[in-house]
Amino acid sequence: MSKKNNALLTAALVLLAVIFIAPIAIVLMNSFKGQFFITDAPFALPNRQTFAGFENYINGIEKTGFIDAFVRSVFITVVSVFGILLFSSMAAWYIVRKNDVVSKVFYYALIFSMIVPFQMVMFTMSKTANTLGLENPVGITVLYLGFGAGLSVFMFTGFVRSIPIQLEEAASIDGCGPIRTFFSIIFPILKPTAITVSILNAMWIWNDYLLPYLVIGSEYRTIPVAVQYLQGGYGSRDMGALMAMLVLAIIPIVIFYLISQKQIIKGVIAGAVKG
Amino acid sequence: MYKRLGRYFPIFMMPILTAFIIAFAVPFLMGLYLSFCDFTTVTDARLTGLSNYKEAFGDDFTHALWYTALFSAASVITVNLFAFVLALLLTKGLKGTNIFRTVFFMPNLIGGIVLGYIWQIIINGILRYRGVDITYSEAYGFFGLLVLTNWQLIGYMMIIYVAGLQNIPNELREAAAIDGASRSMELRHITIPLIMPSITVCTFLTLTNTFKLFDQNLALTAGAPDRLSSLLALDIYNTFYASVGSEGVGQAKAVIFTVILAFIALLQLHVTARRERGNE
Repeated sequence: MSKKNNALLTAALVLLAVIFIAPIAIVLMNSFKGQFFITDAPFALPNRQTFAGFENYINGIEKTGFIDAFVRSVFITVVSVFGILLFSSMAAWYIVRKNDVVSKVFYYALIFSMIVPFQMVMFTMSKTANTLGLENPVGITVLYLGFGAGLSVFMFTGFVRSIPIQLEEAASIDGCGPIRTFFSIIFPILKPTAITVSILNAMWIWNDYLLPYLVIGSEYRTIPVAVQYLQGGYGSRDMGALMAMLVLAIIPIVIFYLISQKQIIKGVIAGAVKG
Repeated sequence: MYKRLGRYFPIFMMPILTAFIIAFAVPFLMGLYLSFCDFTTVTDARLTGLSNYKEAFGDDFTHALWYTALFSAASVITVNLFAFVLALLLTKGLKGTNIFRTVFFMPNLIGGIVLGYIWQIIINGILRYRGVDITYSEAYGFFGLLVLTNWQLIGYMMIIYVAGLQNIPNELREAAAIDGASRSMELRHITIPLIMPSITVCTFLTLTNTFKLFDQNLALTAGAPDRLSSLLALDIYNTFYASVGSEGVGQAKAVIFTVILAFIALLQLHVTARRERGNE
């Protein structure tokens, strides 16, 4: 009885898994069809007449500047995540150990920023970024540091509070100053939280559309901006190139996910429960 | 113990403080001020009192508000129901559990713009049999957004429910079985009460995620037809960038949007705190 039930359940789950994968499979399939054969019959397999080889990929990469966009996305994500890791862990430790009015005010301001939707600041923030000359792939990492600070400092302070101060006292007696204490004792202990913080920030920054679009979008496209760029005027878009770019946008995410699945799922749970 | 830690303020705090002030604090305060002004760029602002707020509650915004609330409510119910059922199935020790978990969670990592276009092609492919596409009516846009959100969030919430379910001690279930409790009684009297914390977390996560939804909305329908399928975030965006001279109104809408989200956050804090007190 139970065995039969289990087989039935597994069959249902397999069906569901197929439904979950189907959207991606359909896009993949269409990316190999000529651009005028997609909208008419998106669920039909490519045949001799509709098969287009890698034409869509070549077209799409050229139209959107995908290679540049990819390199740029990698650069912005990596630099921003490293900046966030370093500076928010330092700030978190200072806030917990100093625990004065200034640190507390700053801490609550950071927490508050987590609640505020991007639309509240998008206009004034992009004007500020322009005024300060931050409208380039390097400058935008400063903005990500500012926006990522809330969640990251919040998570790091939670962890720092659990570190026994005796550890630092011992170092202090041995003549260790705050900077050395932080980098040689605290920073290594923070590793589990650091992994969570990097994953959450990397996922967000990699997929972010509106911030890069508003601040650097006219000159420098990231991957999401490049995909949206194909939209163009109504009716004139190249469906084939769009399908190919969707596939190219998904591939790095799938690879990253399959490599570090465990960490990602752990990070997401930690982030969800705390945020 | 660090008597002169304050001297290290510039090293430990200045980098993040500077970035935070540039990216958030100054734009936030400026935005708050500008919501009471008429302006097209930041420098030509002229105070106009509450007129932006009066204008904000026009047809578009009121419609977007209802559309978003309805969409959020529908998402909270469907996403959590499916995610919970999946989590129950995946904690039974079936073969291949890990593979299923991997598959169901994956859509969550894909960015909103990409998600929007994936579902646009599929939904348009289906609606083609009726001779229309997703831009035909706001109802199609609504169901499109709902299906997309389910696809994106079910795996995420499922993971949280699985973690919650695994925390329930087995002894409780065994004791219930010995006392002759049926499956449904066990679910009602043991499983659900014990995973209430996960239910709260998932409900509020879905609520804030769907309230703030923008990229998916932009890619899937871009508000078509005639802005009717715009959620709040897209409506605010269009008020800023798709019409001339209404930046002040857009900023006022954004302030109202912030207040709504702050209210949701406070509600979550309140619910969580009350439950924790109840547990003591």
